[in-house]
Amino acid sequence: MDHVIAARAQMGTSLAFHIVFAALGVGLPLLVFIAEGLWLRTKRRAYYDLARTWAKGMAILFAVGAVSGTILSFELGLLWPTFMRYAGSLIGLPFSLEGFAFFIEAIFIGVYLYGWDRLSPRAHWLSAIPIVISGGLSAGFVTMVNAWMNMPAGFRIVNGQITDVNPIAAMFSPPWLVEDVHAALAAYVLTGFGAAAVCALALLRRSAEERVEQVRAGLTIAMAVAAITIPLQFVVGDTIARFDAEHEPAKFASLEALWKTQRYAPVTIGGIVGDGETRYGIEIPGALSWLVSFDPSTEVTGLDRIPRNDQPPVAAVHLSFDSMVGSALLLLLIALAWFVTVLRKRRLSRWLIIAIAVSGPLSLVALEAGWFVTEFGRQPWIARGLLRTTDAVTVAPGIDVQFYAFSAIYVILGATCWWLLRRVGRSPQAAERKPLAPTPAES
Amino acid sequence: MSAVAVAAAVVVAALTLYAIFGGADFGGGVWDLLASGPRRDAQRDTITHAIGPVWESNHVWLIFAWVALFTCFPPAYADIATYLNAPLTLALLGIVLRGAAFVFRNFAADNPALARSWSVVFGASSIIAPFFLGDAVGAIATGRYAWTSPFALSVGLFNVALCAQVAAVFLIGETDDRALRDDLRRRAIRATIAVWVVGLIPAAFARYAEPAFFAALTGSTARVAIAIAVVLGIMVMLFVARRQENLARASVGAEAVAVLAGWFGAQAPQLVPGRWTLESAAAPTATLTAFSIAVACGAVLLIPSLLYLFTIFKVRSQA
Repeated sequence: MDHVIAARAQMGTSLAFHIVFAALGVGLPLLVFIAEGLWLRTKRRAYYDLARTWAKGMAILFAVGAVSGTILSFELGLLWPTFMRYAGSLIGLPFSLEGFAFFIEAIFIGVYLYGWDRLSPRAHWLSAIPIVISGGLSAGFVTMVNAWMNMPAGFRIVNGQITDVNPIAAMFSPPWLVEDVHAALAAYVLTGFGAAAVCALALLRRSAEERVEQVRAGLTIAMAVAAITIPLQFVVGDTIARFDAEHEPAKFASLEALWKTQRYAPVTIGGIVGDGETRYGIEIPGALSWLVSFDPSTEVTGLDRIPRNDQPPVAAVHLSFDSMVGSALLLLLIALAWFVTVLRKRRLSRWLIIAIAVSGPLSLVALEAGWFVTEFGRQPWIARGLLRTTDAVTVAPGIDVQFYAFSAIYVILGATCWWLLRRVGRSPQAAERKPLAPTPAES
Repeated sequence: MSAVAVAAAVVVAALTLYAIFGGADFGGGVWDLLASGPRRDAQRDTITHAIGPVWESNHVWLIFAWVALFTCFPPAYADIATYLNAPLTLALLGIVLRGAAFVFRNFAADNPALARSWSVVFGASSIIAPFFLGDAVGAIATGRYAWTSPFALSVGLFNVALCAQVAAVFLIGETDDRALRDDLRRRAIRATIAVWVVGLIPAAFARYAEPAFFAALTGSTARVAIAIAVVLGIMVMLFVARRQENLARASVGAEAVAVLAGWFGAQAPQLVPGRWTLESAAAPTATLTAFSIAVACGAVLLIPSLLYLFTIFKVRSQA
């Protein structure tokens, strides 16, 4: 395998694996916090059981998230040492802050998971708050690094050397806010629909007859989080697209597979992206120009203005973008249907429960596709305009062997994790090594 | 104190804390693998309970040291990551498998075959990770990144012994069972002797193969640190034998600090001997200043949180 391809494959696989656990690690603490809070308020046993079950899932997912995140922090240097040599002093600050945020998160995860019988119920509930906050912050700090890679800031280049380093300006590079909000919402969207889908599956299979109240409560809490965040995600996504149109034209033209710079530019849905043209796509004339500035006569930069060796892999970016927007639209519809049903105080129909079960995989597609958009869309740069990916790769040998080894580990970890989570879902009591805490009646 | 010195102090502090807490964690895995005798399962349960609430935060120290290194000393970091790619990757594999295996085996307890397999993975990776981390440290000390040299490999072995010692001493206070405590006491004393014996190997290799490092090791700073470490080792054995667990814990922690101080004392101000000094590898002052401020602010939140965690799970558990 080609050296650069092997390194990119390993980094890409690691990120695609980690992002799922990272997002769930941000979102699940909020669900657990809500469920336990409802238990404290209502004293209904179903909420307590729900919080305990979700907390067990959180324990497994957080552990895999922590170790896969460790892999990534190492791989930055092990695979891209030249990038770190140039950028280390610029992006180190958000990474250091992320270190602290993750530290606090890990500490309170320990307190929360093992503290059921050591803390008062109220103190235990409150110990989830630092997890929710620091989880969001650590994702935010890491995303700030990605923002910097998209628009490097906080330095000057004199004679090919980086000088006048300003780590604060580097941390707050222009896209930081939109990217951070987008990433945080993505975590809640995934967790909301994901957890709701698990509950929906349990209802469909009638595998949880004796726990039906708990499962229904879980579905309601998770769908509420999903239904609040998915519309917001559209607003933020739209803002990012406009930002890209102005500041990252190569990425924007690739998302839309727009080859020719033009006024009245169309939105192209799907299609086969060839070299220099996109065929068989569904075109909505003028829509892209209108979306960029609410005026269909706006000129939109196409790929013809981007030098050939600065173009991203257009087909991958366009397909990922369409997958993200398409699955997000379906999620929006499902959330809307659920919201209307709840508002009219109707029972959830079987079809709606099936749709919610499907929303889990859809939200995963949206998350991964969105990640592909930003990563493929930045290519061929690792730091746009500053350093090319091919120039940043390590000279160390054996990267392809590492790629195979880590891929095998991800398969094993993923499969084991899946298997354990299914058992937690089916019989939460049986799954754990020991009854670590008494039930609330005894305490 | 210059900005470079502050940054170096942060890296050293993070590595030292990792050596103690991460080391105790790794050592727990070693003893899990070596659990034997009539109380084998009880030994493993004690280890599981001791590690459970703290292992994730214990490992953040390594990530923190790694991040501090690339933020404050980027060119040396890039060098180390390139030339020590292989041992660091192997250590990484160990760290990953270990964390995952620990959680998996706890949640698979009602499936004994699966739990046993993950237990073996947990134990084996608890040896692999500290071995290759120690090897990487030894390789840096050679100044040639010679991670396959007998010297570097023997430093790896020494690190495993050190982890086992720290863990055995820490574990004694984690159980109320008398017989179990005696098991762990025996292990702690044996491990302390093992640390001395195994520690002679890298010293011997350095004597013949790494003259520059050996000269530094016999310099005044390193010599004092080594002498202190040996004295502390004797104190560990005394306190363990006299059932003074907390004093034994403090001594073994101080011993780990002394060992690391010996290494840093031998190397400073070289970061990678002959290649990078702290000054030549340092990031721009603006970065070092911002980093120092971030660390100060972060510590204000971190230290109380850590104390809270250890108060809940480590102080009360002795009561």
